[in-house]
Amino acid sequence: MNAAVTARDSEAAETHEQRALGFWLYLMGDAVIFALLFATYVIMVNNTDGGPGGKQLFDLRNAALETALLLVSSTTFGFASLCSKTGNRGAVLFWLLVTFVLGAGFVFLELREFAGMIKAGAGPDRSGFLSAFFTLVGTHGLHVSMGLTWILIMCGQVMMKGLSVAVTSRLFRLGLFWHFLDIAWVGIFSIVYLPGLL
Amino acid sequence: MFGRLTLDALPLYSAIAAGGAAVTIGGALVVAIAITWLGAWRYLWTDWLTSVDHKRIGIMYIVLALIMLLRGFVDAIMMRAQQAMALNAGGYLPPEHFDQIFSSHGTIMIFFMAMPFMTGLINIIVPLQIGTRDVAFPFLNSLSLWLTAAGAGLVMVSLVIGKFSTAGWTGYPPYSGVEANPGVGVDYWIWAILISGFGSTFSGINFVVTILKRRAPGMTLMRMTPFTWTALCASVLMAFAFPALTVACGLLALDRTFGMHFFTNAHGGNMMNYPNLFWIWGHPEVYILILPAFGVFSEVVATFSRKRLFGYESLVYATAAIAILSFTVWLHHFFTMGSSANVNAFFGITTMVIAVPTGVKVFNWLLTMYRGRIDFHPSMMWTIGFMITFVIGGMTGVLLAIPPADFLMHNTTFLVAHFHNMIIPGVLFGYLSGYMYWFPKAFGFELNRGWGLASFWCWLIGFYLAFMPLYILGFKGMPRRMEQYNDPSWQPYLMVAAFGAFVVLIGIACMVMQLYVSIRDRRKTADVSGDPFDGRTLEWATSSPPPAYNFAILPEVRDREAFLDMKERGVAYRRPAAYEDIHLPKNSMVGVAMGAFAFALGFAMIWHIWWLVAACGLAMWVAMIARSSDDDSEFKVTAAEVKLIEDARYRALATRTGSRK
Amino acid sequence: MKQAVDKLLQVALAVGAVLFVGACDLRHSAVLDPKGPIALAERDLLRDAFYVMMLVIVPVIVLTLLFAWRYRASNTRAVYTPKWADSARIDAVVWLIPALIVIAVAVLLWRSTHKLDPYREIASSTAPLDVQVVAQDWKWLFIYPEQGIATVNQLAIPNGRPVSLRITSDTVMNSFYVPQLAGQIYAMAGMQTRLQLLADQPGKFVGRNSMYSGGGFSDQHFEVVSLSPGDFDAWVAKAKQAPGTLDAAAYTALAAKSRSNPIAYYSAIEPKLFDSIIAKYTHSHAAPVAAPRR
Repeated sequence: MNAAVTARDSEAAETHEQRALGFWLYLMGDAVIFALLFATYVIMVNNTDGGPGGKQLFDLRNAALETALLLVSSTTFGFASLCSKTGNRGAVLFWLLVTFVLGAGFVFLELREFAGMIKAGAGPDRSGFLSAFFTLVGTHGLHVSMGLTWILIMCGQVMMKGLSVAVTSRLFRLGLFWHFLDIAWVGIFSIVYLPGLL
Repeated sequence: MFGRLTLDALPLYSAIAAGGAAVTIGGALVVAIAITWLGAWRYLWTDWLTSVDHKRIGIMYIVLALIMLLRGFVDAIMMRAQQAMALNAGGYLPPEHFDQIFSSHGTIMIFFMAMPFMTGLINIIVPLQIGTRDVAFPFLNSLSLWLTAAGAGLVMVSLVIGKFSTAGWTGYPPYSGVEANPGVGVDYWIWAILISGFGSTFSGINFVVTILKRRAPGMTLMRMTPFTWTALCASVLMAFAFPALTVACGLLALDRTFGMHFFTNAHGGNMMNYPNLFWIWGHPEVYILILPAFGVFSEVVATFSRKRLFGYESLVYATAAIAILSFTVWLHHFFTMGSSANVNAFFGITTMVIAVPTGVKVFNWLLTMYRGRIDFHPSMMWTIGFMITFVIGGMTGVLLAIPPADFLMHNTTFLVAHFHNMIIPGVLFGYLSGYMYWFPKAFGFELNRGWGLASFWCWLIGFYLAFMPLYILGFKGMPRRMEQYNDPSWQPYLMVAAFGAFVVLIGIACMVMQLYVSIRDRRKTADVSGDPFDGRTLEWATSSPPPAYNFAILPEVRDREAFLDMKERGVAYRRPAAYEDIHLPKNSMVGVAMGAFAFALGFAMIWHIWWLVAACGLAMWVAMIARSSDDDSEFKVTAAEVKLIEDARYRALATRTGSRK
Repeated sequence: MKQAVDKLLQVALAVGAVLFVGACDLRHSAVLDPKGPIALAERDLLRDAFYVMMLVIVPVIVLTLLFAWRYRASNTRAVYTPKWADSARIDAVVWLIPALIVIAVAVLLWRSTHKLDPYREIASSTAPLDVQVVAQDWKWLFIYPEQGIATVNQLAIPNGRPVSLRITSDTVMNSFYVPQLAGQIYAMAGMQTRLQLLADQPGKFVGRNSMYSGGGFSDQHFEVVSLSPGDFDAWVAKAKQAPGTLDAAAYTALAAKSRSNPIAYYSAIEPKLFDSIIAKYTHSHAAPVAAPRR
């Protein structure tokens, strides 16, 4: 390591705090989006327009499996974060990839569920209820997909740049993002799927 | 290949619309030719468009705001002229065209005049006032600018290709839904707002972090300038309110583009959800716009009364209270939607509660003038004009906050007069006051006083002439947005209102003259000291215009009037023993590129050109990834270079004080 | 200089004249000249709040002008205290006075909002006249279920008897507005909103849609005719003689877009027409879920 790189790293450490705060603010703004989509879903849950409702459409097993995948992926991401602190590059890469696989599994299950519903004539244009369902759950799914590409990018950066201050700083924010999606999913599971079936 | 875009999209349906298109294209061509003739493309690109310097970004925001002010004002005067003539189907505009004009007028004035003007002022001034070298996220700042510009671009393009929305600036469904409005107009409105809305959200985040994390040593929260305080509160509101707008417009876009049923009449849609979502953003937005204007007034009234701001702490608490309360009043925009008396009364009372901290502010400005030495600089005149006129709007606002009274006045020109009474003397006078106050800081020479005063008087008188008649017409039961009417007793008032708009036009002409005269006389009025008005706050501590790094040595703050305190202690222009290397962010073309892609993406979504949507989305994604992986985004100004720049400044300062003595 | 002063005086005179004429005209404007108890109570509320607000507005305007003049830079005789910036006593006053005013107006607001709730029927010894209102592009349909008649763009009511309106829309959102009798409320498809009104005396009043709804919006007004009870019965009898009836087919034709519709009468109506117009949009919901209030 030469002197210039260390200087860069110390500057990155200074800005890390600002970026973390900025990212927190972004997440809170994102939380506003989710809150409003939740509210919209709740007021539209009975607007099925004579079409199918949650009881006919939701599959608790699928939703439980999705929940399990996402919760475990949050844990595995936690392992990646821990390993980044000890500077173990290989382990970070390994846990990031495990997280990616779990997250991809989640997205796959969700897409399968959506495809099945659309095939059964219960697409987002069927009723207000389904518009709200697809938009709320789909927005979360889109976030997870973006998180997945972000994980891949970070894998690349860890491989090429090592665990520099800038890279671990990004890993930290990715972690915030990933855990945030977990919380949002817990909301979806308990506001969309559970009451829909009970 | 081109979705639903065909040659029919050209505005040949009326001569006036075609004229508007021709003026738009002509204006763009003239600017392009002028730049080419001056050989300024490279300079423009490297020094401005790709710049991430907060001062330049701020100036570009304000240039955008002033251009859009002209466009929005043309809309205004066309509406006033139409209504002045439109008794018994007179007038010169068909409904389809009149409706586009009132929609674009509101959209432009809020999103592409007021928002960029405010963001521009904050950009130029706040980093200087808190004594820092740049904002927390300089690249994000550039991205915000170009997303805003992309939205403005979409509104301008709608003049030439296709039509703009006819659903008003609020775009209430089901009228804005695809059944009632199958054309591209509402889509133009949605995408212009969505794209610029992301820019505003990012600006909000950026300035919250900048203000909380990058203040000069010694600047505690309670030593921040009032403008910085209002900027902080407005930024918090931007970061948390704009997501609601994104949801409202996003769901409307899903309804329109993908046949969903969020706000449709049938199939389980719920149209009442839209006004809720829209105004959860919309009411904080009012305060996003006006809080920074309040901040400007607080600075200006202290500087030009030559007196410390009265009741600083009260003012800070009032600002914070307004910011919080602004999220609790949204329902007062639709008392007439059938909510229960309890709900209506609750929101009516929360609305009135906001009047308390607002009243406190007015009294504080008043008491700052008390026992001062008032200099009637144009900035101060805007402030005095604001105080007298704004309270009238506050009064009519309290009337509208009483639900049963609102049943009478809602949707009438009384409402139109009320919010213009808030937005013109409140918001716009504040920004113009700030523009004339800080212009020398941004450009190094002062604006002409005479033309500034002339402009002020025209705006003030024009405002009264244009909007007092609308209050009266509201009492006469005239709904807003009428393209024609059959009540002859309305016409005299509408003629006075049109005359008022004409007086405002003269005010705008005076502003143009002021700019011309000031540029012509710039050597005579050069601001060598960097402190032309005996300022109190840190932005006056550096040169005008400030160097790229703002401060060679970060200032040490001991008082809330930091610079006045330095002058009094005799340390204001003290030369440091040595300079250090300074790291500054490098220019980046990614911001402009992302803005261009966002513009093309919006255009493609509007016209259903799906391949272009995919291509632009991908391009933005790649650009974002490339940028976020870039660890080498700064360059160094060496201590020697800093010394050279600073030496030049001290030489100029010395000749100035020498020549004065 | 003198010329300038003369000019200014002339302008001031002209403006004063306009204001004076405006003030006289204002007294006869729709909102300030109510013809029924609901609109009167709303107008009074407007007036009372206006007077309370004057307590703040007038001092602020006067003091601003006074201070600006007295403490102008050229007036070196005025007291100058550049460092005076805090006073706990003044702080308390500037927070307390607006707060007290707001509390006073808030009490007024809470009471009046409940008293003038548009869903609350007017207390009266006579049973209210029920009228169902449908907003269409770009006209108003009034259905009289008891009388079995319907009208377009004319709402006839007997003076002195409360009228209870049920309002919906068969198109985009509209706002039913009669400034001299009752204020306004939105009309929304698939939902029903309500408004109460009562006219004290016979007369003709203007009603409108106040919510922009497309190309024909400007022409979408109707007349409210307040008749003595005897005249009202005669009016009903006349409407009963009208050749047209409003069956399903006639309704569909009427609901199509049209501008500047003349007043029309229908001597008979499809049973449950109003409910079916609402049901069109709610399909098989258990109930009109989205209605503001059942």
